[in-house]
Amino acid sequence: MHELSLCEGVMQVLEDAARNQGFGCVNVVWLEVGALAGVELDAMRFGFDVVKKDTLAENARLEIIRIPGQAWCHSCAKGVEIRQRFDACPHCGGYQLQVTGGEELRVKELEVE
Amino acid sequence: MCSVCGCGEGETDIEGQARNHRPPGHGHDYGQEPAHAHAPGLSQARMVQIEKDILGRNNEYAAANRRWFTERNILALNLVSSPGSGKTSLLVRTLLDRKEHRLMAVIEGDQQTSHDADRIRQTGVKAVQINTGKGCHLDAHGVGHALESLAPEPDSVLFIENVGNLVCPAAFDLGEAHKITILSVTEGEDKPLKYPDMFHASTLMILNKIDLLPHLDFDADRCIGYARRVNPRIHVLRLSAATGEGMDAWYRWVEANRQPGAPGGG
Repeated sequence: MHELSLCEGVMQVLEDAARNQGFGCVNVVWLEVGALAGVELDAMRFGFDVVKKDTLAENARLEIIRIPGQAWCHSCAKGVEIRQRFDACPHCGGYQLQVTGGEELRVKELEVE
Repeated sequence: MCSVCGCGEGETDIEGQARNHRPPGHGHDYGQEPAHAHAPGLSQARMVQIEKDILGRNNEYAAANRRWFTERNILALNLVSSPGSGKTSLLVRTLLDRKEHRLMAVIEGDQQTSHDADRIRQTGVKAVQINTGKGCHLDAHGVGHALESLAPEPDSVLFIENVGNLVCPAAFDLGEAHKITILSVTEGEDKPLKYPDMFHASTLMILNKIDLLPHLDFDADRCIGYARRVNPRIHVLRLSAATGEGMDAWYRWVEANRQPGAPGGG
């Protein structure tokens, strides 16, 4: 359940941004979550609802943007899409894959007022 | 919250000292006006581009720890595993075997009790216990505070024994040089596939308790094959902290990973 910690991290990002950019209330949070980020989305939504109480995001809606897992296959010498870290290359079936994307955990943008 | 740790203020403590300070600007003091005080129909809503990593704060603390280690030429190793893999036994044996040759120190992470730090201190090596309360992992901020009270010597090796958990500690950089996953042969050989993030994040996998292999169905080669599926570059050492088999290779690995040109090598 480190999703609760991650949601605390989201709140810190919001509070820092509120100080720097002068807003007092967050309506929507767009969060980028990579398929390989090790995050359970239901737990993330649950955690967000818990930590937003009594904060500037009390009434905020969480929108999660999924980023697919991407890897470079050294055998095929091309980029492929993977769902999990232990997936084989969908073309050659090998495991010589280097993850190149899908590990994102990022607050992308906010609607604020 | 004074860090990214989600365990809540007052639940994390270092050797019984509650970690409850509040950094400046921590409070939720963004204006006193009532919300939605604007006139109806004149929405002040606007979009703000953020592009900030959620783990950014932890990563800043981790970078500070890493600088601190580099300045003092300290090799910091983050030991992760399931509960019961034999992390503490491995450490105790390592400390007893190596304390004449190398300065070492230990940070122990557990949800509750100081049993592990007590076991470590009985070897004569200094240790500090972090209790995370309900938290499931160590974070870089807590480790930074532990360093203040532990004060590991320059040129030493610092072992950080993380909370027994193969999931959450994978995401939290502590500033270590390497994560090391310890897997005992009494566990399932498919754990690298079940918990791929941790094996992906680790430089080294230690297969512990190999003295028990004759009594088990555990296929070590298959397990290592699974680990290399998620991390083709992972190193593997097979050893038994109970009998001492394979421990010399572990000690050589530690020495080889100390920074080059380090004085005081033993």
